[in-house]
Parts: sequence; structure tokens; C-alpha cells
Amino acid sequence: MKYITYLAVGVLFGIVMYKSEAASWFRIYEMFQFGSFHMYGIIGSALVLGVIGIQVIKRKNIKAFDKQEMQLKPKKKSVPRYLIGGIIFGLGWALAGVCPGPMCVLAGAGFYSILVVIGGALLGTFVYGLLRGKLPH
Amino acid sequence: MDWIYEPWPWYVAGPLIALTMFILLFAGKQFGMSSNLRTMCSIGGAGKAADFFKFDWKKERWNLMVVVGAVIGGFLASHYMSNNRVKINPKVAQQLSQDYGIDSAGEAYLPPELFASEQLSDPFVLGILILGGFLVGFGARYAGGCTSGHAISGLSNLQLPSLIAVIGFFIGGLVMVHLLYPLIFG
Repeated sequence: MKYITYLAVGVLFGIVMYKSEAASWFRIYEMFQFGSFHMYGIIGSALVLGVIGIQVIKRKNIKAFDKQEMQLKPKKKSVPRYLIGGIIFGLGWALAGVCPGPMCVLAGAGFYSILVVIGGALLGTFVYGLLRGKLPH
Repeated sequence: MDWIYEPWPWYVAGPLIALTMFILLFAGKQFGMSSNLRTMCSIGGAGKAADFFKFDWKKERWNLMVVVGAVIGGFLASHYMSNNRVKINPKVAQQLSQDYGIDSAGEAYLPPELFASEQLSDPFVLGILILGGFLVGFGARYAGGCTSGHAISGLSNLQLPSLIAVIGFFIGGLVMVHLLYPLIFG
């Protein structure tokens, strides 16, 4: 039963990504050219509501369903892994024009070439797993 | 009925993305898409090659359901709710056409110059798609998250590491589009 909830959340997310054009290569390119407020508006408005909501959750100590703790653990402090990893991610995001969520959405939309991008992303993840011990974190 | 095909403005999409994150938080989970790539590597047997992939991937099945849902959402939206044309800033569209010969802005959802299936026989295009994907996969795991995990979940929780990662995303993206595109596509 719980899996149906996650499936439904995924459907919502997929429709939002596609309908807002956040899954479009053109919108990503336009964002990095500062050609439109659209993508900044999407991320920015999600963030404003996200920050307010999480502050309310923390201050009122609201629990998740089944009285579980909310998954709001602080991330480990570091600079190199986030900065270098982030830059590598950004290079790929702008080159392929997609990030991991939209990759799935576009596969469903029938763009079969995106399967090659997903293959590349799986390979990149795998190679990271192999090199992990040798990289600065 | 034309309104159903219109793209959603940012002020509809952004709040719905926040809603996605909050539903997952209330279910005791954290919104993040790229960790599914690690899970898929584990399912494929990558644990034999690196300890990074030795974990109980069955605990991540919920997130794979989100992935399946996103695939279905993409199918529904593209087939029944969209004319699959993305209009962008005309100046950017003109620049794309002039500098890189990408003429399809306003007529397609993804540029067929890069994403039409026939183009896969072009080694240059194939290389771009594989390399782009590789950098996304490698970078997301190195940084411990992608746009959903850092830019939405992490920043919403006021995490400094996520801010550093997002600054990295933009440094990488701007370097690619402004410095490397002219070399790659020019």
C-alpha cells in the first residue's frame, strides 16, 4: 500500500517536471544564459516554501506519519567534495541538459536517446564508486 | 481545451515541487533522485567491484517507486497534456541557431539535433550524450546529491554543504555553456 503512495508522488513529480518544462534541454540552456526567470522562479518558489515549511516542522517538532523522525539530518561538513562534485555535476547538467529526475521523465515521454544519457549516468556513478577512496572528500 | 496543453508557470511548478518534498518528508523519506543511480548499480551487481555499492538496496525500493512514477508521469504529460513544444527567450533561440545550428527551439521539447534517435549513429552526438550523463552521475554521487537532493531538500533545510554544491552546479553549468559550448559545438 505504501508503495502506491510513492508511485503517486513520482507521477506528480513527473508531470510537474514535464509540464513546467524543467525537463527540457532548452530551458536548462536558457537558464545558464540567464535568458528567463522561469527556472529560477521554479527553484526559488520551491525553496521559499521549503524553508518556511521545514522551519515550522522543526519549531513545532512535527513528526512524520507513524511517529517517525523527519529525515532532516545535517549533512557532513566539507568543502572539496561538494564543490568539485558540484562542478562536475554542473558540467554534465549543462551538456546533456538534464539532471537525474528529468532523465526518468523523458524516458517515459518516449525520448529513447535519453536511455544513452541514463547509461552514461549509471557508468559515472559506478566509476565514482570505484575511485571513491582516492578522491578528496 | 487548449489550456490543458499550455506549460505550467513557475509559480505553479515550484510549490508543487515543494509539495513533493513535504509528502516524502511526512512519509519519513528524503526527496533525492540521483541516489537511485547508486541503487541501480547495486542491483546490477556493482557490489562485487566496490564496497560503495554493498548496501541493503531493498531499503531504497520506495525511491525506485518514485522513479517508476516519474516515468509514468512523463508518459502521461507528454501524451495527453502537452503539445511538446518549448518556447524560450527569442534572443536565446536565435543565438542557438546562429552559433550552433540548433534551430528547433519553439518546435520541439528536446532539440532533435541531439536527441532524435537517428542521431545516435553520429559518434559525436553519441559521445555528447554519454559524456553528459557520465558527468551527471559521477558528480551527483561525489557531491552526495543532485538538484533535488541539494538544491531543493538540502537548501530548504538550510544546509551549508548543499549551498556549496549548488554553487558548484552553477559554476559547472556556466563554464560549460559559456566557455565549452563554443569549443564543442561551435
